[in-house]
Amino acid sequence: MVPCNKMELMIVAASRLLEDGKLVTVGTGAPCAATMLAQKRQAPNLVMFFEAGGVAPLLPTMPVSVGDSRTYYKGVMATSMADVMETCQRGLMDYAFLGGAQIDPYGNLNSTHIGGDHAKPKVRLPGSGGACDLASFCWKVITITNHDRRRFVPKLDFLTTPGYLTGPGAREAAGLLPGAGPFRVVTDLAILGYHAQSKRMEVIGLRPGVTLEQVRDQTGFELGVREPLGQTPPPTAEELAILRDQIDPHRYLIGRS
Amino acid sequence: MVPQLFADPSTLRAREHFQQKDRTLTSKVMSVADAVRRWVRPGDYVAVGGFGVNRIPTAVCHELLRQRPQNLAIAGHTATHDFQLACAGNLTGRGRLVARVDAAYIVGLEARGLSPHARRVMESGEVEVCEWTNYHLAARFRAAAIGVPFIPTHSSLGTDTQRRGAGQEITCPFTGENLLALPALYPDVGIIHVHEADIYGNCRIKGVNVADNDLARAARRLIVSCERLIPHEEIRRDPTATAIPFFCVDAVCEVPFGSYPGNMAGEYFSDEEHLRHWLRVEEDLEAFKKFLDEAILSQPDFDGYLNYCGGLKRLRELRRQELLI
Repeated sequence: MVPCNKMELMIVAASRLLEDGKLVTVGTGAPCAATMLAQKRQAPNLVMFFEAGGVAPLLPTMPVSVGDSRTYYKGVMATSMADVMETCQRGLMDYAFLGGAQIDPYGNLNSTHIGGDHAKPKVRLPGSGGACDLASFCWKVITITNHDRRRFVPKLDFLTTPGYLTGPGAREAAGLLPGAGPFRVVTDLAILGYHAQSKRMEVIGLRPGVTLEQVRDQTGFELGVREPLGQTPPPTAEELAILRDQIDPHRYLIGRS
Repeated sequence: MVPQLFADPSTLRAREHFQQKDRTLTSKVMSVADAVRRWVRPGDYVAVGGFGVNRIPTAVCHELLRQRPQNLAIAGHTATHDFQLACAGNLTGRGRLVARVDAAYIVGLEARGLSPHARRVMESGEVEVCEWTNYHLAARFRAAAIGVPFIPTHSSLGTDTQRRGAGQEITCPFTGENLLALPALYPDVGIIHVHEADIYGNCRIKGVNVADNDLARAARRLIVSCERLIPHEEIRRDPTATAIPFFCVDAVCEVPFGSYPGNMAGEYFSDEEHLRHWLRVEEDLEAFKKFLDEAILSQPDFDGYLNYCGGLKRLRELRRQELLI
């Protein structure tokens, strides 16, 4: 196994989830790097969207903002936010990458506030941005996050962005579009998915050298397992070389880990 | 507390306003100071164009801070540095610039981190908040631009974002689906920075439009700042390039580098170093007040701020970063 850090591990694992010929909406950082890596390997025809309006750029470097001029560099279109979001709402967007300060067993995310109440929060965070829209519209939502009990909580302080809400049938009952929503959570310890019936988060693959007990220790709620539970293959030398030499040569992102 | 609308969604009252609006082909060129004095009133609902720090009307935001009309409502639509600037008018000994905010994205500067002062303001409880999403606010501008009182969406149903917002659930009369009705948002004042405009306010925008075509048409009054004024004949030579027509516009202010420290497509990249400085200096309130005085409030105009930040030498470097990739 080639030595690598947590960030590299997560980017490589996320990149492997992306199939060729699909559309993906990304943010800056790890999602962008994962998509670029997938494009250079198994998915040359994967099309990248940025919510501010950038479509199919040939990124020269990683953007600092999802609206900066890199996000449509040599792209096919520089359009509006509504156009991108409505493309998602029409059912064309296969993947979206979303993050948050907290995630619960049903894949709901909080990026609005921690502690206090809504009118006078202890820590005010940005809010939905486009996350709540993308999680409402896109077929498969992927979250990349460090794995710890502070983030993986039984109950969110604020439900900003919908996962499976309160469980089976809840999205449909609320009026959200059927068949869309949470798909995978990629962490430094494991890859997680959702149980087909209960819609609760479950472990589907462990990082090399990580035990199920370690994952459960770092999770603030009961975590099921999809059998047979295997190990996720470690990043290959080729994947790491592309990531290090072509995608993030200045180590802005992978140097943070 | 029941979330409430901060702006009137009525199509009829908006039409009455637009009926009275001056739509003659006359020069609207004026200074930023005059534009704010003439078109912004205390208590107004203000919406700023661009996305994040990209193509934001920084110079006009500075002027709001200088003239400080009180108790504004703000559209927090992907608002990053512009929201930092608005919050600089709260808790800094100069009254309360922001009283209400429709929050889709506020307080943060994307991957750069959270603004300590914007957090201070939002955590103080002195600003009333209603939650939305980026698409919600884009669609609300579009409803207003179309001239209808709402647009339905499948977004956000069942979330706290919906519960703390002021949209209303409706049943589709054709399919029976449950949808969220997003009320039209007609800001009292829209503020947009563009690449080029003629003296009448016909505007060209390069790069992503974000929500600005709709915002321009939704705003009751519209202040445009531009990198440069161009001849009216140039607009007529290529009408397909016009994003905003003159009859939407009330003021045209020529401000080169007017989006600094933001990114202006094809002109200059964002000044990441200066944005980091903002985040650092905001940590200590007294230091922040001193910085605001030195960098913005004591400067006669936006050129003064550009010089404070390194002047032409710095701007040339940012132009290289934008163009030589």
